[in-house]
Amino acid sequence: MSLKQAFILALKSLSSSKMRSFLTMLGIIIGVAAVITLVSIVSGFSEEMLSSFESMGTNKISVNIIGRGSSRNVEPDEMHTLAKENPELIEYVTPTVSIQNATIKSGSTNITSSITGVNEYYDEIDSKNIETGRFLTYLDVEHRLKRCVIGTYISQELFGTKNGVGQTLKINGTQFTVAGVFEETAGSEDGSTDDIIVIPYTVAQKLSYNGKISSYTFTGADKDKIDITKKTIENFLYSKFEDTNAYLVISMAEAVDIINELMGMVSSILIGIAAISLLVGGIGIMNIMLVSVTERTREIGIRKALGATGWDILSQFVVEAITTSAVGGIIGIILGIFCAKVLANSLGLPSAISATSVLVAFSVSAGIGVAFGYLPAKKAAKMNPIDALRHD
Amino acid sequence: MTPIIEFKDIYKIYSAGEEDVMAVNGVSFTICRGEFVAVVGASGSGKSTCMNIIGCLDTPTSGTYLLDGIDVSTMDEKQLAFVRNKKLGFIFQQYNLIPKLTILENVELPLLYKGIKGAERTELAKAALERVGLIDHLAKFPSQLSGGQQQRASIARALAGNPPVILADEPTGALDSKTGKDVLDFLKKLHADGTTIVLITHDNSIADQIPRVMRMHDGEIISDIMKEGFF
Repeated sequence: MSLKQAFILALKSLSSSKMRSFLTMLGIIIGVAAVITLVSIVSGFSEEMLSSFESMGTNKISVNIIGRGSSRNVEPDEMHTLAKENPELIEYVTPTVSIQNATIKSGSTNITSSITGVNEYYDEIDSKNIETGRFLTYLDVEHRLKRCVIGTYISQELFGTKNGVGQTLKINGTQFTVAGVFEETAGSEDGSTDDIIVIPYTVAQKLSYNGKISSYTFTGADKDKIDITKKTIENFLYSKFEDTNAYLVISMAEAVDIINELMGMVSSILIGIAAISLLVGGIGIMNIMLVSVTERTREIGIRKALGATGWDILSQFVVEAITTSAVGGIIGIILGIFCAKVLANSLGLPSAISATSVLVAFSVSAGIGVAFGYLPAKKAAKMNPIDALRHD
Repeated sequence: MTPIIEFKDIYKIYSAGEEDVMAVNGVSFTICRGEFVAVVGASGSGKSTCMNIIGCLDTPTSGTYLLDGIDVSTMDEKQLAFVRNKKLGFIFQQYNLIPKLTILENVELPLLYKGIKGAERTELAKAALERVGLIDHLAKFPSQLSGGQQQRASIARALAGNPPVILADEPTGALDSKTGKDVLDFLKKLHADGTTIVLITHDNSIADQIPRVMRMHDGEIISDIMKEGFF
């Protein structure tokens, strides 16, 4: 019997008992669908995260001061000096002071938003363009002037216009004047990048009753020298604190690497779990094949009596096992692609179906058919026709 | 009269635990082309074992078996399968049709294992079905046919490859007397057309209708009688 005939026979056998075939394939279907969906979601997440990081700029380095007692500290001026002294490594630096859930009031309109206190270089660091008005200046910072620069969402919400320059608003009770409005970037939605208020950090310090600045953002001057830039900053901080636990310096590039590594690990774990499910699926196939061989003992005897060789019988059953697992694999792939798209949509992620994962999933499921179908098929092939014919 | 089945001192011994069972105990005979032979005996007489050896489903422990001049006594499984396919057609007591295949597909089966391609296979199978009068039922499944029809289908399967020898193991055993008679009449017609037929039965009324009767008892042939006026 040629392999093509064995394949057609296998399809016939599968379709003649659809429910049983389906249940047999279920393990493979679920395993394959799980692999495809999980890989897709994980890579979607990772793509999403990476593009966020990308948009923030991969030449950024963020510094967190954890501190070491109240005696040692770093002042913003020292950071500015560090930047000035290393122009080939550091382009800009800004302190960042964060005020969460501040109440912003204008007239009778109230909204809640986060305020970030920065210096005059912030717009360069975060690549933010001004639409109307101007950004904060050195003078605003130096003299603690109550000026703010807002995003179009805030402007729209409070003033009913995207150009709120010159208007006043109250942040947690303190009045500020709008010096400028950022360019609209994300449709002016709540929580988007247009939902932003920026004030001088010197003022923010006062508002948040925060004496010390614990967070800085640097931009590297040379993309290829980020490592050195990072080291320079770290060395400086060590010279101040003499304790590596007192500060945390993370470059965006590093963060991206960490994310990639993490995503890789998560992927591997998920795939490992899915592989276990495929293994179970394979065992399921082997079980059913064994049952099938026993059930069809008579049939095997008849075929042998009619001239089938051991090879004919072996190939018949192995092909049947492969067909079962391959069909299960295909259904699993289709189901996986469907689930991946649905999940990606509901989570708001990009859905990327990797062709590699599809190919791997399919080959693995076919391979399972061979591996787990071989033993039962061998058993069938070895049957003695006389005994087989006597079987019920 | 060319010999087609020659048994020379055939022994078949089974080891069952401590004792050895002599299923076939030194049997010799010759069947020529075109003969119609009945092998009769009670259970345990060795007739089934003999039949299995004739049918190349089993090999003798010792002795020589020549099938159409070929010594098959020491062949391996693969070679036996080939010989089975070319020289023998089987009819079983329980029809032994494969339930998930149609009648046509069942009849094509031996041709499939012979390596005959699709269109030619179908032609040969249809011809065999014509001979047994089942051509209208070729697309049906075995469960849709009566016992007699199923037996006729299995006869068609045995005939499909035009083997020189037909082996029938109690072909009428599962049928009522009228249908049984029809099947036997058909076999007689086959014989008249020149096919060699070896048939096992325990029923003397059937044996009486067949030209040559070999009786077996305890693994030996106790009588081998060719009746007058038959051929």
